[in-house]
Amino acid sequence: MSREEMVLLVIFMAIVTYIPRMLPIVLFKDAKLPHFWRAFFSYIPYAALASLIFPGIIYSTGNIYSAVFGGIVSLILAYYRLNVIIVVFGGIIGAYLAQMLI
Amino acid sequence: MKQLSFNKLYFEGIKDAIPISIGYLPIGIAFGVLAKSMGIPYEISILMSLIIFAGASQFVGVNLIAIGTSSFEIVLTTFILNLRHFLMSSSLSQRIDYTKSKKFLSLISFGVTDETFAVASLKEELKLSPEFLFGLNFTAFFAWNFGTFLGIFLAESIPKEIQSSMGISLYVMFIGLLIPAVRRSTKVLKIVLVAIFISSALTWVPVFKFISTGWIIIITTIVASFIGAKFIHGDGDE
Repeated sequence: MSREEMVLLVIFMAIVTYIPRMLPIVLFKDAKLPHFWRAFFSYIPYAALASLIFPGIIYSTGNIYSAVFGGIVSLILAYYRLNVIIVVFGGIIGAYLAQMLI
Repeated sequence: MKQLSFNKLYFEGIKDAIPISIGYLPIGIAFGVLAKSMGIPYEISILMSLIIFAGASQFVGVNLIAIGTSSFEIVLTTFILNLRHFLMSSSLSQRIDYTKSKKFLSLISFGVTDETFAVASLKEELKLSPEFLFGLNFTAFFAWNFGTFLGIFLAESIPKEIQSSMGISLYVMFIGLLIPAVRRSTKVLKIVLVAIFISSALTWVPVFKFISTGWIIIITTIVASFIGAKFIHGDGDE
Protein backbone atom coordinates (compact mmCIF):
# COMPACT_ATOMS: atom_id res chain seq x y z
CA MET A 1 0.00 0.00 0.00
CA SER A 2 1.44 3.38 -0.98
CA ARG A 3 1.71 6.21 1.52
CA GLU A 4 -1.07 8.17 -0.21
CA GLU A 5 -3.38 5.13 -0.05
CA MET A 6 -2.59 4.75 3.66
CA VAL A 7 -3.43 8.40 4.36
CA LEU A 8 -6.73 8.00 2.52
CA LEU A 9 -7.46 4.77 4.41
CA VAL A 10 -6.77 6.43 7.77
CA ILE A 11 -9.11 9.31 6.84
CA PHE A 12 -11.91 6.86 6.03
CA MET A 13 -11.25 4.94 9.25
CA ALA A 14 -11.51 8.25 11.11
CA ILE A 15 -14.84 9.11 9.46
CA VAL A 16 -16.49 5.76 10.32
CA THR A 17 -15.16 6.04 13.87
CA TYR A 18 -16.45 9.58 14.33
CA ILE A 19 -19.99 9.13 12.97
CA PRO A 20 -21.31 6.76 15.69
CA ARG A 21 -19.74 8.98 18.37
CA MET A 22 -21.18 12.22 17.04
CA LEU A 23 -24.65 11.51 15.61
CA PRO A 24 -26.54 10.70 18.84
CA ILE A 25 -25.04 13.64 20.73
CA VAL A 26 -25.78 16.16 18.00
CA LEU A 27 -29.14 14.73 16.89
CA PHE A 28 -30.77 13.54 20.11
CA LYS A 29 -30.48 17.03 21.57
CA ASP A 30 -32.81 17.13 24.56
CA ALA A 31 -34.90 14.22 23.33
CA LYS A 32 -37.69 13.43 25.79
CA LEU A 33 -37.90 9.66 25.84
CA PRO A 34 -40.67 7.48 27.29
CA HIS A 35 -40.01 6.06 30.74
CA PHE A 36 -38.97 2.61 29.49
CA TRP A 37 -36.30 3.99 27.13
CA ARG A 38 -34.97 6.37 29.76
CA ALA A 39 -34.46 3.35 32.03
CA PHE A 40 -32.88 1.45 29.13
CA PHE A 41 -30.35 4.22 28.46
CA SER A 42 -29.63 4.67 32.14
CA TYR A 43 -28.57 1.02 32.38
CA ILE A 44 -26.28 1.14 29.35
CA PRO A 45 -23.21 2.34 31.31
CA TYR A 46 -23.36 -0.62 33.71
CA ALA A 47 -24.07 -3.23 31.05
CA ALA A 48 -21.39 -1.83 28.73
CA LEU A 49 -18.79 -1.66 31.52
CA ALA A 50 -19.52 -5.20 32.67
CA SER A 51 -19.06 -6.55 29.13
CA LEU A 52 -15.92 -4.46 28.64
CA ILE A 53 -14.39 -5.87 31.84
CA PHE A 54 -15.34 -9.50 31.54
CA PRO A 55 -14.03 -11.71 30.02
CA GLY A 56 -11.51 -9.31 28.36
CA ILE A 57 -9.61 -8.65 31.60
CA ILE A 58 -8.36 -12.23 31.96
CA TYR A 59 -6.47 -11.94 28.65
CA SER A 60 -5.15 -8.43 29.35
CA THR A 61 -1.65 -9.26 30.60
CA GLY A 62 -0.90 -12.28 28.44
CA ASN A 63 -1.07 -14.46 31.56
CA ILE A 64 -4.44 -15.45 33.03
CA TYR A 65 -3.14 -15.88 36.62
CA SER A 66 -1.48 -12.49 36.86
CA ALA A 67 -4.53 -10.82 35.26
CA VAL A 68 -6.95 -12.52 37.67
CA PHE A 69 -4.75 -11.64 40.64
CA GLY A 70 -4.50 -7.99 39.55
CA GLY A 71 -8.26 -7.96 38.99
CA ILE A 72 -8.97 -9.32 42.48
CA VAL A 73 -6.66 -6.76 44.10
CA SER A 74 -8.47 -3.91 42.36
CA LEU A 75 -11.85 -5.46 43.16
CA ILE A 76 -11.00 -5.41 46.86
CA LEU A 77 -9.64 -1.84 46.71
CA ALA A 78 -12.74 -0.68 44.79
CA TYR A 79 -15.03 -2.43 47.25
CA TYR A 80 -13.58 -0.28 50.03
CA ARG A 81 -14.29 2.80 47.88
CA LEU A 82 -10.67 3.82 47.42
CA ASN A 83 -9.90 6.42 44.77
CA VAL A 84 -9.86 5.13 41.17
CA ILE A 85 -6.17 6.01 40.79
CA ILE A 86 -5.31 3.77 43.78
CA VAL A 87 -7.50 1.01 42.34
CA VAL A 88 -5.62 1.29 39.01
CA PHE A 89 -2.16 1.20 40.58
CA GLY A 90 -3.20 -1.62 42.92
CA GLY A 91 -4.29 -3.69 39.94
CA ILE A 92 -1.10 -3.00 37.97
CA ILE A 93 1.16 -3.75 40.95
CA GLY A 94 -0.86 -6.89 41.75
CA ALA A 95 -0.51 -8.16 38.18
CA TYR A 96 3.19 -7.29 38.14
CA LEU A 97 3.92 -9.10 41.43
CA ALA A 98 1.99 -12.17 40.30
CA GLN A 99 3.95 -12.15 37.04
CA MET A 100 7.22 -12.02 38.97
CA LEU A 101 6.23 -14.88 41.28
CA ILE A 102 5.01 -17.25 38.55
CA MET B 1 -16.67 35.13 38.42
CA LYS B 2 -18.34 33.39 35.50
CA GLN B 3 -14.93 32.80 33.90
CA LEU B 4 -13.72 31.15 37.10
CA SER B 5 -16.53 28.57 37.21
CA PHE B 6 -15.90 27.70 33.56
CA ASN B 7 -12.25 27.02 34.30
CA LYS B 8 -13.28 24.86 37.23
CA LEU B 9 -15.43 22.65 34.99
CA TYR B 10 -12.61 22.14 32.49
CA PHE B 11 -10.24 21.41 35.34
CA GLU B 12 -12.57 18.82 36.84
CA GLY B 13 -12.61 17.03 33.49
CA ILE B 14 -8.82 17.12 33.31
CA LYS B 15 -8.58 15.74 36.85
CA ASP B 16 -11.05 12.91 36.15
CA ALA B 17 -9.01 11.96 33.08
CA ILE B 18 -5.92 11.11 35.17
CA PRO B 19 -6.79 7.41 35.64
CA ILE B 20 -7.61 7.17 31.92
CA SER B 21 -4.27 8.75 31.05
CA ILE B 22 -2.45 6.25 33.26
CA GLY B 23 -4.07 3.51 31.21
CA TYR B 24 -3.71 5.18 27.82
CA LEU B 25 0.02 5.88 28.05
CA PRO B 26 1.23 2.25 28.06
CA ILE B 27 -1.35 1.18 25.47
CA GLY B 28 -0.44 4.16 23.28
CA ILE B 29 3.21 3.13 23.67
CA ALA B 30 2.32 -0.45 22.74
CA PHE B 31 0.48 0.83 19.67
CA GLY B 32 3.49 2.89 18.59
CA VAL B 33 5.83 -0.07 19.09
CA LEU B 34 3.56 -2.47 17.22
CA ALA B 35 2.97 -0.11 14.29
CA LYS B 36 6.70 0.50 14.01
CA SER B 37 7.50 -3.23 14.16
CA MET B 38 4.99 -3.84 11.36
CA GLY B 39 6.67 -1.34 9.13
CA ILE B 40 3.91 1.28 9.21
CA PRO B 41 5.47 4.70 8.46
CA TYR B 42 5.61 6.74 11.68
CA GLU B 43 3.58 9.64 10.27
CA ILE B 44 0.75 7.19 9.47
CA SER B 45 0.65 5.89 13.07
CA ILE B 46 0.70 9.45 14.40
CA LEU B 47 -2.11 10.44 12.02
CA MET B 48 -4.12 7.43 13.22
CA SER B 49 -3.89 8.46 16.88
CA LEU B 50 -4.66 12.08 15.95
CA ILE B 51 -7.78 11.56 13.82
CA ILE B 52 -9.09 8.07 14.66
CA PHE B 53 -8.42 8.02 18.44
CA ALA B 54 -9.73 4.48 18.99
CA GLY B 55 -7.35 1.90 20.41
CA ALA B 56 -8.88 -1.33 19.18
CA SER B 57 -9.47 0.04 15.66
CA GLN B 58 -5.91 1.25 15.38
CA PHE B 59 -4.41 -2.07 16.53
CA VAL B 60 -6.64 -4.01 14.17
CA GLY B 61 -5.97 -1.44 11.44
CA VAL B 62 -2.17 -1.77 11.48
CA ASN B 63 -2.48 -5.56 11.63
CA LEU B 64 -4.76 -5.64 8.62
CA ILE B 65 -2.55 -3.19 6.68
CA ALA B 66 0.49 -5.36 7.44
CA ILE B 67 -1.16 -8.55 6.16
CA GLY B 68 -2.42 -6.78 3.04
CA THR B 69 -6.18 -6.69 3.69
CA SER B 70 -8.20 -4.53 1.28
CA SER B 71 -8.99 -0.96 2.35
CA PHE B 72 -12.72 -1.60 2.11
CA GLU B 73 -12.52 -4.48 4.58
CA ILE B 74 -10.39 -2.42 6.97
CA VAL B 75 -12.87 0.48 6.92
CA LEU B 76 -15.82 -1.90 7.40
CA THR B 77 -14.09 -3.63 10.33
CA THR B 78 -13.34 -0.24 11.90
CA PHE B 79 -16.98 0.79 11.52
CA ILE B 80 -18.25 -2.42 13.14
CA LEU B 81 -15.71 -2.15 15.96
CA ASN B 82 -16.90 1.36 16.78
CA LEU B 83 -20.66 0.94 16.47
CA ARG B 84 -20.77 0.40 20.22
CA HIS B 85 -19.97 4.09 20.65
CA PHE B 86 -23.35 4.82 19.09
CA LEU B 87 -24.94 3.30 22.20
CA MET B 88 -22.58 5.14 24.51
CA SER B 89 -23.18 8.52 22.84
CA SER B 90 -26.93 7.89 22.90
CA SER B 91 -26.74 7.21 26.60
CA LEU B 92 -24.63 10.35 27.18
CA SER B 93 -26.98 12.48 25.06
CA GLN B 94 -29.65 11.91 27.73
CA ARG B 95 -27.45 13.62 30.31
CA ILE B 96 -25.57 16.35 28.48
CA ASP B 97 -26.45 19.87 29.48
CA TYR B 98 -27.28 21.29 26.05
CA THR B 99 -26.19 24.84 26.71
CA LYS B 100 -23.35 24.96 24.18
CA SER B 101 -23.41 25.19 20.40
CA LYS B 102 -23.73 22.12 18.20
CA LYS B 103 -20.23 22.87 16.96
CA PHE B 104 -18.82 22.51 20.46
CA LEU B 105 -20.84 19.33 21.06
CA SER B 106 -19.63 17.77 17.82
CA LEU B 107 -16.07 18.56 18.88
CA ILE B 108 -16.59 16.92 22.29
CA SER B 109 -18.18 13.84 20.72
CA PHE B 110 -14.93 13.12 18.88
CA GLY B 111 -13.45 12.23 22.28
CA VAL B 112 -16.05 9.63 23.28
CA THR B 113 -14.24 6.35 24.00
CA ASP B 114 -15.09 3.38 26.24
CA GLU B 115 -13.04 4.98 28.99
CA THR B 116 -14.19 8.61 28.78
CA PHE B 117 -17.77 7.33 28.50
CA ALA B 118 -17.32 5.18 31.61
CA VAL B 119 -15.95 8.05 33.68
CA ALA B 120 -18.55 10.57 32.45
CA SER B 121 -21.59 8.34 32.69
CA LEU B 122 -20.80 7.21 36.23
CA LYS B 123 -20.58 10.79 37.51
CA GLU B 124 -23.24 11.35 40.14
CA GLU B 125 -24.40 14.71 38.78
CA LEU B 126 -27.60 14.38 36.79
CA LYS B 127 -26.44 16.78 34.07
CA LEU B 128 -23.00 16.63 32.47
CA SER B 129 -21.53 19.96 31.49
CA PRO B 130 -19.94 20.25 28.03
CA GLU B 131 -16.88 21.95 29.55
CA PHE B 132 -16.30 19.00 31.87
CA LEU B 133 -16.62 16.59 28.94
CA PHE B 134 -14.20 18.66 26.89
CA GLY B 135 -11.58 18.60 29.67
CA LEU B 136 -12.08 14.86 30.17
CA ASN B 137 -12.08 13.77 26.52
CA PHE B 138 -9.20 15.90 25.35
CA THR B 139 -6.91 15.11 28.26
CA ALA B 140 -7.43 11.43 27.40
CA PHE B 141 -6.77 12.30 23.73
CA PHE B 142 -3.53 14.02 24.67
CA ALA B 143 -2.34 11.02 26.75
CA TRP B 144 -3.14 8.62 23.89
CA ASN B 145 -1.18 10.69 21.39
CA PHE B 146 1.72 11.23 23.77
CA GLY B 147 1.85 7.46 24.34
CA THR B 148 1.86 6.77 20.60
CA PHE B 149 4.71 9.23 20.20
CA LEU B 150 6.75 7.59 22.98
CA GLY B 151 6.10 4.17 21.50
CA ILE B 152 7.35 5.15 18.09
CA PHE B 153 10.41 7.10 19.13
CA LEU B 154 11.76 5.70 22.39
CA ALA B 155 9.96 2.47 23.05
CA GLU B 156 11.95 -0.71 23.48
CA SER B 157 13.68 0.49 26.67
CA ILE B 158 10.60 -0.29 28.81
CA PRO B 159 10.82 -3.78 30.42
CA LYS B 160 8.38 -6.33 28.95
CA GLU B 161 6.91 -7.36 32.34
CA ILE B 162 6.00 -3.80 33.18
CA GLN B 163 4.45 -3.24 29.76
CA SER B 164 2.32 -6.37 30.00
CA SER B 165 1.26 -5.69 33.60
CA MET B 166 0.03 -2.29 32.48
CA GLY B 167 -2.24 -3.97 29.93
CA ILE B 168 -4.61 -4.50 32.83
CA SER B 169 -4.83 -0.81 33.77
CA LEU B 170 -7.95 0.17 31.81
CA TYR B 171 -9.80 -2.94 32.96
CA VAL B 172 -9.06 -2.25 36.61
CA MET B 173 -10.09 1.36 36.08
CA PHE B 174 -13.46 0.04 34.89
CA ILE B 175 -13.62 -2.07 38.06
CA GLY B 176 -12.84 1.00 40.14
CA LEU B 177 -15.72 2.87 38.51
CA LEU B 178 -18.25 0.06 38.49
CA ILE B 179 -17.92 -1.50 41.96
CA PRO B 180 -19.06 1.57 43.96
CA ALA B 181 -22.20 1.71 41.78
CA VAL B 182 -22.78 -2.01 42.36
CA ARG B 183 -22.49 -1.46 46.11
CA ARG B 184 -25.07 1.32 46.00
CA SER B 185 -27.77 -0.58 44.12
CA THR B 186 -28.84 -4.20 43.87
CA LYS B 187 -30.47 -3.39 40.49
CA VAL B 188 -27.08 -2.41 39.10
CA LEU B 189 -25.58 -5.59 40.57
CA LYS B 190 -28.25 -7.67 38.81
CA ILE B 191 -27.65 -5.93 35.49
CA VAL B 192 -23.89 -6.39 35.83
CA LEU B 193 -24.33 -10.11 36.53
CA VAL B 194 -26.68 -10.51 33.56
CA ALA B 195 -24.20 -8.69 31.31
CA ILE B 196 -21.25 -10.80 32.51
CA PHE B 197 -23.25 -13.95 31.86
CA ILE B 198 -24.16 -12.86 28.32
CA SER B 199 -20.68 -11.67 27.33
CA SER B 200 -19.10 -14.85 28.76
CA ALA B 201 -21.56 -17.03 26.85
CA LEU B 202 -20.96 -15.11 23.61
CA THR B 203 -17.20 -15.42 24.12
CA TRP B 204 -16.91 -19.06 25.13
CA VAL B 205 -19.90 -21.02 23.81
CA PRO B 206 -18.62 -22.52 20.54
CA VAL B 207 -21.74 -21.73 18.43
CA PHE B 208 -21.11 -18.00 19.00
CA LYS B 209 -17.48 -18.19 17.89
CA PHE B 210 -18.20 -16.13 14.75
CA ILE B 211 -19.23 -13.05 16.78
CA SER B 212 -16.40 -10.48 17.10
CA THR B 213 -15.54 -8.64 20.33
CA GLY B 214 -17.11 -5.40 19.08
CA TRP B 215 -20.43 -7.14 18.47
CA ILE B 216 -20.25 -9.01 21.79
CA ILE B 217 -20.13 -5.66 23.58
CA ILE B 218 -23.01 -4.25 21.50
CA ILE B 219 -25.25 -7.32 21.89
CA THR B 220 -24.50 -7.66 25.61
CA THR B 221 -25.15 -3.97 26.27
CA ILE B 222 -28.47 -3.93 24.43
CA VAL B 223 -29.79 -7.21 25.83
CA ALA B 224 -28.70 -6.58 29.43
CA SER B 225 -30.04 -2.98 29.43
CA PHE B 226 -33.30 -4.20 27.91
CA ILE B 227 -33.65 -6.92 30.55
CA GLY B 228 -32.81 -4.29 33.14
CA ALA B 229 -35.47 -1.83 31.95
CA LYS B 230 -38.11 -4.53 31.44
CA PHE B 231 -37.65 -6.87 34.40
CA ILE B 232 -35.33 -5.30 36.97
CA HIS B 233 -36.28 -1.61 36.88
CA GLY B 234 -39.45 -1.79 38.98
CA ASP B 235 -38.32 -4.13 41.72
CA GLY B 236 -37.39 -2.48 44.98
CA ASP B 237 -34.42 -0.52 46.36
CA GLU B 238 -33.14 2.99 45.62
